[in-house]
Amino acid sequence: MEDTVLNPTSSPQSNNRRAVRFDDSQIIIGLEVHVQLDTDSKLFCGCSTRFGEAANSQTCVVCTGMPGALPVINERALELSIRAGLSLNCQIARSTKWDRKNYFYPDLPKGYQISQFDQPICGPGHLDIEPSEPTGQARRIRIERAHLEEDAGKSIHDESGRRQDSKIDLNRTGTPLLEIVTQPDIRTAAEAKAFLSELKLILNYIDVSDCNMQQGNLRCDANVNLHIPFGDEQIATPIVEIKNLNSFRAVERSITHEAQRQFEAWQENGLTIADAPKQTRGWNDHTQTTTLQREKEDSADYRYFPDPDLIAVKIEDSQIQQIESQLEQLPADLRKLLAEQYNLKSADASVIVSQGRGVVDYFLEVADGCEDSKIANNWIGQEVLRQLNESNQTIQQYPVSPQQFTDLLKLVIAGTLDQTRGKEVLNAMVAHCISPEEAIKQLGIKPVDNSELVTLCEKLIDENQDVVEQIQSGNGKAIGMLIGKARKMNPNANPGLVKAMLAKMIST
Amino acid sequence: MTLSALNADVIVDQLNAGEVTATDCVQHFLDRIQVHNAELNAFIRVSESALEQAEAIDQRRKAGESLGCLAGLPIAIKDGICVSGQPTTAGSKMLENFSPPYDATIVERLKSADAIIIGKTNMDEFAMGSSTENSFFGPTNNPWATNRVPGGSSGGSAACVAARLAPVAIGSDTGGSIRQPASFCGITGLKPSYGRVSRYGLIAFASSLDQIGPMTRTAKESALLMSVIAGFDPRDSTSSKEQVSDFLKSLETPLAGVRIGVCRDHLNEGLDVEVKTKINDAISVFKQLGANIEEIELPQTKSAIAAYYIIAPCEASSNLARYDGVRYTFRAQANDLEEMYRNTRGQGFGDEVKQRIMLGTYALSSGYYEAYYLKASKVRRMIKQDYDEAFKKVDLILGPTTPTPAFKLGQHTEDPLAMYLADIYTVSANLAGIPAISVPVEPSSTGLPIGLQLQGRAFEENTLLRAAHQFQNETLWHTASPSEPWRTQS
Ligand SMILES: [Zn+2]
Repeated sequence: MEDTVLNPTSSPQSNNRRAVRFDDSQIIIGLEVHVQLDTDSKLFCGCSTRFGEAANSQTCVVCTGMPGALPVINERALELSIRAGLSLNCQIARSTKWDRKNYFYPDLPKGYQISQFDQPICGPGHLDIEPSEPTGQARRIRIERAHLEEDAGKSIHDESGRRQDSKIDLNRTGTPLLEIVTQPDIRTAAEAKAFLSELKLILNYIDVSDCNMQQGNLRCDANVNLHIPFGDEQIATPIVEIKNLNSFRAVERSITHEAQRQFEAWQENGLTIADAPKQTRGWNDHTQTTTLQREKEDSADYRYFPDPDLIAVKIEDSQIQQIESQLEQLPADLRKLLAEQYNLKSADASVIVSQGRGVVDYFLEVADGCEDSKIANNWIGQEVLRQLNESNQTIQQYPVSPQQFTDLLKLVIAGTLDQTRGKEVLNAMVAHCISPEEAIKQLGIKPVDNSELVTLCEKLIDENQDVVEQIQSGNGKAIGMLIGKARKMNPNANPGLVKAMLAKMIST
Repeated sequence: MTLSALNADVIVDQLNAGEVTATDCVQHFLDRIQVHNAELNAFIRVSESALEQAEAIDQRRKAGESLGCLAGLPIAIKDGICVSGQPTTAGSKMLENFSPPYDATIVERLKSADAIIIGKTNMDEFAMGSSTENSFFGPTNNPWATNRVPGGSSGGSAACVAARLAPVAIGSDTGGSIRQPASFCGITGLKPSYGRVSRYGLIAFASSLDQIGPMTRTAKESALLMSVIAGFDPRDSTSSKEQVSDFLKSLETPLAGVRIGVCRDHLNEGLDVEVKTKINDAISVFKQLGANIEEIELPQTKSAIAAYYIIAPCEASSNLARYDGVRYTFRAQANDLEEMYRNTRGQGFGDEVKQRIMLGTYALSSGYYEAYYLKASKVRRMIKQDYDEAFKKVDLILGPTTPTPAFKLGQHTEDPLAMYLADIYTVSANLAGIPAISVPVEPSSTGLPIGLQLQGRAFEENTLLRAAHQFQNETLWHTASPSEPWRTQS
């Protein structure tokens, strides 16, 4: 061995390492995602899972680990896990069991966490993520497994510096979590973020989890290392698990940071995966860096063994089939539907689908009703989403029903309303919760007949000879000024018709 | 006859007939506890509300209200079983000041049958022991010879029934903790099938082995208690939905044609000669009752102790992790979290408990798990298969409950292996999940009780109780009482 770890920086090899470019190395990423299941009660007791209640108000003898208390499985959590597994193309176990993961921590009341070690409820599966550019290929990220476990409580440490006692809130203890583990198939930080976005969207669609990251309903750890081409070989850097990733941005940035850090560390010391144990590093949002938490040597031995208080769960084919039959279309199916059956551009389809099932349903009803999916997409993708965003409403709270929206778009398509007037009508509908007809009446919108239009155009030409000359001398765009003036004189004048008539009059 | 000489079923009849009031009954046993407990240390605590409850029952009876089937009957409960609002210590300093906010399912059932909990009985700390010497509250003495152990871990329950400080008691059995003290104290003790009685509210030692059961003078009393405490409990996932049979009804069915297996290996090596003789005498009684005695083999049971002392400590090491000083337990002084854990567990647990936690932690550690826990689990399955085979040929299996009568206090405390061998005949039933009962046979020449064990098919407690009852119809050993004042015996 030419290179030794003891004196790495001065060897000729280290100079060679300095010649390698970061951009030639490949980032290898695997994710472990904890998702809180949307059950009313906890995984092994009847306590509520509501967020934000008074500390320790949602606890009982079971979830506080009182002597003699015993866990009983929440069937709903099993059902939601199966639903999630099916949506991630996972094999669903026919028999799954519970294991104890033993470790001491003040917010872990039993001194062990009930989890699943070797027989997770969901086996191998995969999730396809959208290509980052339109011409790219969809990427398949393999799922290794997904298992159910109970959450721990929350420690609230004294940060005053006066060394006061830490406090513990056990409301969260026993909340059901599904831990989804991917294979190391992710290759960029952006891809990691895309995976999480798609996962979150799917779990939202199937009502398994709201994945609210502020409330900690989706937490992520990332396993990261680098493959670096070096001479004839490919060097793998030591694997690092980054903990505490509480936002998509943190996932993206921490991976980017960690890849760079590993590259520099390798250039410095030449350590490879064979030389160093797996490290755990924490992401610090303030400093935007990862810091060492522990190395494998002193990591806990969890002493997993089957929980004797619980029996193995048998899952029947019929149960899986029943859950499968109730599964509605997933985001990917809907994107395909909107692109292929409704002729939307894939970017537009993604925007609609990313808004959730409610917006998709709204779009489908309107597009079917007005029989023009492009117009439906333009109006919903822009006007409706903007209004929802501004008013911080969900589509379910939006005051215009799909039927009313369809009626409005029909008027636009027929030319009865132009785009601008149509938007005025929509605003009135939203503001006053009224139908398009009522809004039209309120706004005083009336059809303009042909003779009125002729009079209007003649007047325009008379009063704006300078503009007419510009048009005649080849500046076609100048006609816009006349159309604008026409709208001021009569807001009901259809700009398309005005333009056509003016063009005819001026050219003759 | 004084109340303390009567069987529980007779006391219940007298209470129902108005011949005695619940208040008088409870007072009678409280008086006896007052007189004798200092010497026996069978009770850790007497229930302060027992008399009040008795008065309430008398009121209700007077008012003509319908009452539960145990109305007014005093009952002692092992201190490892939660009674709401009453200190429940499991014999440990760790839980010295712990009062659970809830009732164990069996306590709830006993209360709704209007039984009166008279007190909590002494036990080996967290049920780990075979002598009740491992209690933080001091050892219990055997009323037959106060210098001898009552057995364990339910030693307090056994001693209080033998000394008639309570008509009946509840114990728990993980490897023999009901049957071995029943044998040492000359009473009847039943370990039900795993899942027959809810474990909800039983402070866990080894969850896959623990069962709650009755400790009484007669099999009939055990049947009476079983009719109240047995049955499915939705709060215990391991409790069984198997139909509960009428334990009292089948007691009188004759034993003619019942096949009883005897394992010769269990009647030879290491067995006290007198115990062997008395068990053989008892076999003759069963023959007279019409049972067919057949020889069987249980080859794997020789590994039972080894498997048991892996599996039980493994589970215990995890079950006892919750006693960390953070919530309801004793908490030692410390400067930081790590030190608080160390001091609390170091000072709060006794030596035997610490030893078993270390054993279990070691056996579950990565690199040892396969060699210990997994292998022991395999042995456990093989023991179960042994029983399955045997029960194709016979209905019951008969043998001694323990290799010797009660040993002296301190005799085995320095030799854990000798202590562990006290469980040699009892642990197999826990590993296999089958029911087993211990009944008194003729005492030793020096007057120490000897127990006979019957084991049956899972969920066939009725056959065990029936055979024990028929045996007690023919013999009087279960009616013998230690003489007062209590004596010692060298
Ligand atoms: Zn709870």
